[in-house]
Amino acid sequence: MSFVTRRNAPAFLALFSGPFLWILVFMIIPYVVMISVSFWTRQFPLFVPDFQWGNYAKIVLDPQYATVVLRTLKIATIVTVVSSLLAYPVAYMLVFTIRSEALSNLLYMCVIVPLWVSYLLRAYTWKIILGTNGALNSLLISVGLIKEPLSIFLYNQTAMIITLVYIFIPFMIMPLYAVLKNIPRSLVEASEDLGVGPFHTFLRVILPLSMGGLVAGMTLTFCLSFGDFVAPVLVGGPDGTMVANLLQSQFGAALNWPLGSALATLVLLLVLVVLQVSSRFDRAGQIDLR
Amino acid sequence: MSQPIVSLAGVTKAFGPFTALHDTNLQLNAGEFVTLLGPSGCGKTTTLRLIGGFEFATAGTISIEGRDVTALPPYRRPVNTVFQDYALFPHMTVEENVAYGLTVRGGAVSKQDRASRVRDALALVGLSAYGARLPGALSGGQRQRVAMARAIVKQPRVLLLDEPLSALDVKLRETMQIELKRLHRELGITFLMVTHDQNEALALSDRIVVMSQGRIVQVGAPTDLYDNPGSAYIADFIGASNLLDATFQSASDGVDVFRLGDGSLLRKARRGRETSAGLREGARVRLGIRPEHVHLAPVEGGNEIQARLAGSLFLGDRLRLELFPARSERPFFVDLHRNASSRRAPEAGETIKLYVGAEDVMCFAEPEQ
Repeated sequence: MSFVTRRNAPAFLALFSGPFLWILVFMIIPYVVMISVSFWTRQFPLFVPDFQWGNYAKIVLDPQYATVVLRTLKIATIVTVVSSLLAYPVAYMLVFTIRSEALSNLLYMCVIVPLWVSYLLRAYTWKIILGTNGALNSLLISVGLIKEPLSIFLYNQTAMIITLVYIFIPFMIMPLYAVLKNIPRSLVEASEDLGVGPFHTFLRVILPLSMGGLVAGMTLTFCLSFGDFVAPVLVGGPDGTMVANLLQSQFGAALNWPLGSALATLVLLLVLVVLQVSSRFDRAGQIDLR
Repeated sequence: MSQPIVSLAGVTKAFGPFTALHDTNLQLNAGEFVTLLGPSGCGKTTTLRLIGGFEFATAGTISIEGRDVTALPPYRRPVNTVFQDYALFPHMTVEENVAYGLTVRGGAVSKQDRASRVRDALALVGLSAYGARLPGALSGGQRQRVAMARAIVKQPRVLLLDEPLSALDVKLRETMQIELKRLHRELGITFLMVTHDQNEALALSDRIVVMSQGRIVQVGAPTDLYDNPGSAYIADFIGASNLLDATFQSASDGVDVFRLGDGSLLRKARRGRETSAGLREGARVRLGIRPEHVHLAPVEGGNEIQARLAGSLFLGDRLRLELFPARSERPFFVDLHRNASSRRAPEAGETIKLYVGAEDVMCFAEPEQ
C-alpha cells in the first residue's frame, strides 16, 4: 500500500512542501554552492568556476594549513577527554550520591544556567580571569606566591583548552545526567545483592549502561570545540589559530573563497566521520532498559 | 532446629516522619517458605529490604545465621533477592547475568566451577537453551526464571522474593507458583516472599505473616489463618468473609448466642482461640461466615438467616450470589456450585433463607473506633 494516493496527493504536497522548501533553501542549496565553489580557482580579485583539486591539495600539502587542522584536532580531542573526565563524576554525584531530589535538581540547574548567558561573554570571562591584571594574578599576588603579575596564563593553548572545557562542559553533563538517571536503581541493588561492591558495580553495570550518554556528550563536545572560533580569538594567542579562524580569514581578509570552501567541506567531512563513528558506538551501547 | 536463620528483634524503620515498620520481631527457620502478606504500604517490602540490606533499620537488630548484619551493606550479606522488576542486567546475556555473582571478589569461583554452576542453575529453571540471549529478547516469565537462577546460583541460605509473580499474567502466575514450590522443595533453603495476593500466600507458604500499617498482626500456617483468623480484618483479607454486626446474648454449654440487627438469633459453637468466651451481655461483636459455609438447604443444628438477593455473578464453575440480610448494609456473598445445585437459581429481589452451621461462625471483637 502506498502512502501517497491520488486522493491525498494534494494534501500531502501542501503538508510537506514547507519543510521540503526549508531544507532545500537552507541546507541543500548552500551545501551544493559550498562544494562547487571549493573546486573553483582564484584569479584575484575574482573567482572563476572550474573543476580542479588544487584547493584541497594546498590544504593537505601546505604545512601552514595542515598544522592548523592537526592542532584543531588535537585541541578538540583534549577538550573532549578533559570534559568527560570532569563531567562524569559531576553527573554521577547528581544522580547517585545526592539523596535529596530537590538539591540534585538545583545543582543540575546550576550546570545548565551558564548556557543562558551569552557564549561570547563566558569566553570573555576567562580573558579577565587569566589576564595580566586578571583575577588569577591578583589572587596569587595577594597570597604572596608571586611578586609581579605573570603573563603566562593567557594567550596559549592551555588557556584555550580551559575556556573551551568551561564553555562546553554542560553539553557533556546533560546527556550523562539523562542516561544515568535512566538506569533503574534496582540494577545497582541487584549487583550489590549478588555480592559485588560499589566500585565493581560501577565498572560492570553503571559505566556500560551510560556509554550512550558518554558517546553523545563526547560527540557534541568534540564537534562544537572543533568548529570553535571565539576562544582562539579571545584567549588563543599566536599559536592558537584553529580551523574556524582560518576559514573565516579565507572569506574575509585573504579573500580566497574557493580555498575557504574547500576547508569548510573538509571540516564538514570530518564532522560527518565523527558522527558516523559515534553512532556506531552508540548503537553498540544502545540497550533496552526496561 | 536450634537457631533461626533470620531473626528480627525490635526492628523499626522510619522514613523521615513516616514510620514504615514498628518494633517488629520475626524469626525465619531453616527451609521454611514464609510469606509477608498485606496491602500495599503495610511494611512488607520494607521488611524484605531491611533483610536484604537495601534499607537500614532505625532501631533494632537483624541477624542472619546468628550474625548481626544490621549495619552490613547488601554485598556482605548471605542472602539473595529476586526483584519485583527482575532487575536483569540488560547489557549482559542470560549466562552472564547468572554468572555475575560468581565473578567478583568474595563470590569468585574457578572457571569450570562457575560454568557448571551456571549450567545447573539454568537447568533448574528450565532455561538451558537460552543462555546466549539478552534479557530484552525474553518473555516476562523467562526473565522471571533468569532472576531466580541468578539469585540461587549464589547458594544463599535465604532467598528473598519481592512480589516475584506480580508482573505476570494470571495463567503464567499459576504455572510459576508451582515452579516456585518445586524450587523450594529441591533447594531446601528458606524462602521469604512478599506478596499482596492472599491466594498466592495460601498456596505457597508454610507460614504466613500478615502485616498491616507497619505491624505484624498475625503469624500462622495457611490453614490456621484461614480457619482461625485473629480479627475481622484478617478474616476478610485471607479468603473472603461475610461480616455481620451482632451483640452477644448468652452462652450455654459451648454455644454462644448472638442477636443480629433484625432481632433474630444466631448460634455459634465455641472453638479454637476465638474471643467469644468472656464477653458481657450486650457486647458488640462482628461475626464472620465464609461464603462456602453458607447453604441454601437446611443443615442440622444450623442457623437460619433471611436475606434479599441483590444480584449474582457468574464465575464459571459457580454462581456468586450477592445478598443483603435484613437490617444489614454489608453485602453477604454465597457461592453456589453449579453441579451441586439442582434447584433453580433464585431471582434478584427474592428473599431467601440461608443456613449456616453453628461451628462455621467466627466471632471477632468489634474494633475500637
